[in-house]
Amino acid sequence: MPETTLASHAIHRLEILGEDGDVDKALMPELSDERIVRMYEMMVLARSFDERAVTLQREGRLGTYPPILGQEAAQVGSASALLPCDWVVPSFREMGVHITLGYPIHRLFQYWGGDERGQRGPESLNILPICVAVGTQIPHGVGIAMAARYRRDPAVVCTYFGDGATSKGDFHEGLNMAGVFKLPAVFICQNNQWAISVPLKQQTAAATIAQKGVAYGIDGIQVDGNDIFAVYRATSDALAKARSGGGPTLIECLTYRIADHTTADDAGRYRTPDEVATWRRKDPLLRLERFMAGRGLWDDDVGRRVREEAVAEIDRAVLAMESAPQPEAEEMFTNTGATLSRRQIRQMEVI
Amino acid sequence: MAVMNMVQAINSALALEMALDDRVLLLGEDVGRDGGVFRVSEGLLERFGAERVIDTPLSESAIVGAAIGMAAYGLRPVAEIQFMGFTYAAMDQLFTHAARLRSRSRGRFTSPLVVRTPYGGGIKAPELHEESSEAIFCHMPGIKVVVPSGPYCAKGLLTAAIRDPDPVLFLEPTRLYRLIKEEVPESDYLVPMGKARVARQGGSVTVVSWGSMLDTVLKAVEGRDAEVIDLLTLSPFDVETVLASVARTGRVVIVHEAVLSCGLGAEIAATIAEEGILHLRAPIIRVAAPDVTMPMPRLEGRYLPDAARIGRAVDQLLEY
Ligand SMILES: Cc1ncc(C[n+]2csc(CCOP(=O)(O)OP(=O)(O)O)c2C)c(N)n1
Ligand SMILES: [Mg+2]
Repeated sequence: MPETTLASHAIHRLEILGEDGDVDKALMPELSDERIVRMYEMMVLARSFDERAVTLQREGRLGTYPPILGQEAAQVGSASALLPCDWVVPSFREMGVHITLGYPIHRLFQYWGGDERGQRGPESLNILPICVAVGTQIPHGVGIAMAARYRRDPAVVCTYFGDGATSKGDFHEGLNMAGVFKLPAVFICQNNQWAISVPLKQQTAAATIAQKGVAYGIDGIQVDGNDIFAVYRATSDALAKARSGGGPTLIECLTYRIADHTTADDAGRYRTPDEVATWRRKDPLLRLERFMAGRGLWDDDVGRRVREEAVAEIDRAVLAMESAPQPEAEEMFTNTGATLSRRQIRQMEVI
Repeated sequence: MAVMNMVQAINSALALEMALDDRVLLLGEDVGRDGGVFRVSEGLLERFGAERVIDTPLSESAIVGAAIGMAAYGLRPVAEIQFMGFTYAAMDQLFTHAARLRSRSRGRFTSPLVVRTPYGGGIKAPELHEESSEAIFCHMPGIKVVVPSGPYCAKGLLTAAIRDPDPVLFLEPTRLYRLIKEEVPESDYLVPMGKARVARQGGSVTVVSWGSMLDTVLKAVEGRDAEVIDLLTLSPFDVETVLASVARTGRVVIVHEAVLSCGLGAEIAATIAEEGILHLRAPIIRVAAPDVTMPMPRLEGRYLPDAARIGRAVDQLLEY
């Protein structure tokens, strides 16, 4: 008997906004000027936050911090597509998502300043705490999707993680289950091509992350992660599909970690300045500015104003963070459980 | 002899064992090109090549699981887990397999591997980067747990751990990595596992501690007639050395930075109660962290036992 082909799979890549600021009109999502300006403002705010966080860390006012520089389009673009009923399961490098969703910025500073009170978001936001243990959050997105469907809620859950996380069992177990149950879930991989010192090629032998969905019966797509419109469009499409019962999607945002892994890392030990320079030229913010300039939405004055407003907002957040009273020792005990044991109460009294 | 910190001492042990024994190889996240996030394996990729210093994908379970496979094949893998908090992701492999491969195969296969991991607090690092959960591992038969408190014993113990025929969890006190410098032989030597060290002699009270707490304990007992026992191996721990000291002092303080409840201190106290209670002249005191999740940096100073607390416990017993 001859061998037969049972299946063959194609992986698509979506690009809309070119480096020169031109867009593919056929693919361009419908976005009003106001929304585009709003997305731009969020990117600037995210970048301003990031720059400040790095500075504060250097001054000893913040703890170890993982910069998002270069990944703003992947974060702002995807978060901009969410509805208020949707849920977000973050890893630790999505501060642009938090900021777009309106997470209080001083709380982000507070968290990275080593104070867990920053992990408590407002009731209005369905966002799980920042997750440091790589990939472990992925199955939570699966469970949230199962719960939302059980409750007949329209919510879709967006789970974020990095390229390194795709090597974890939790990624494979989570995606498999999401595929089996055809869940209302979107998995967003910010493939920034590095996991500390390990380059993508040493993380996976697969040509794309997107194709990892195939094995689990999940649609996978790669988008230009530095193209805010492609990210927005892929996320909107995946959310709409999930909301209408079409099941999960894996979106690979191919981007680049311009900065060190964290403020405790020195990327110069393992990658070349040339590589970084190549990706600096693909800056997602410059690209959006070029597009907006072509549409009459941007010039130097707009850029300066948006920037100044962002910096002022960051200033206010830093002030709020630093004027908050230091946590009391009791803070360690609260939330260990709904009630404390007698031993814990005694420990709290003497500490 | 050379003056080394713990990072250098561990690096030296790894390099010597790799040079002496081609069965020894390293695997883990960022251990090669980056030399490990704490630079413990710095220079080893250049010296021994990518076949023996393996930068793995980000997969704790596969790192330990693969180490088990290598060990079953006759190699002596040394796996690094980047922080103790991430050993939780490898717990299944450690407990389900490393700990019991010898037993399950009735001795046909063994897992002579070492899992090295930095542990402990006081370094102002993010969540899960300051765990001290050694007791969990001590509870699992089939795994040995070793914790050096300085460069000299780190090198000798790691050498012993690599040469040991069974799996060893090797905990490296992160806060002490570069804090303590000691004279360390440049050649290989053993500090035997299972043997505690009397870190300071004294006659009126025994303080049992290990690893990350030891330097704090030594500061705390200054000016007091206290004997300090550095356990070095937590599982199996050196009951004889502890009991011999208790027989002379009759008073015991156990200090660990892990949480109080079901910490290793409980096992030590129970053993003393069973085998040495007639020597005791006062109740045993445990100085430990409260029963809460390791807090983030802002509160870690309130969580970790400090010299003042340890000193008060010692005084309380001396006045008893
Ligand atoms: C389970 C686990 N293992 C190891 C680490 C240490 N660590 C933190 S981030 C990181 C790399 C993560 O790479 P990736 O998933 O690509 O995310 P990125 O940092 O690039 O955003 C590692 C190894 C961790 N936090 N959690
Ligand atoms: Mg990455």
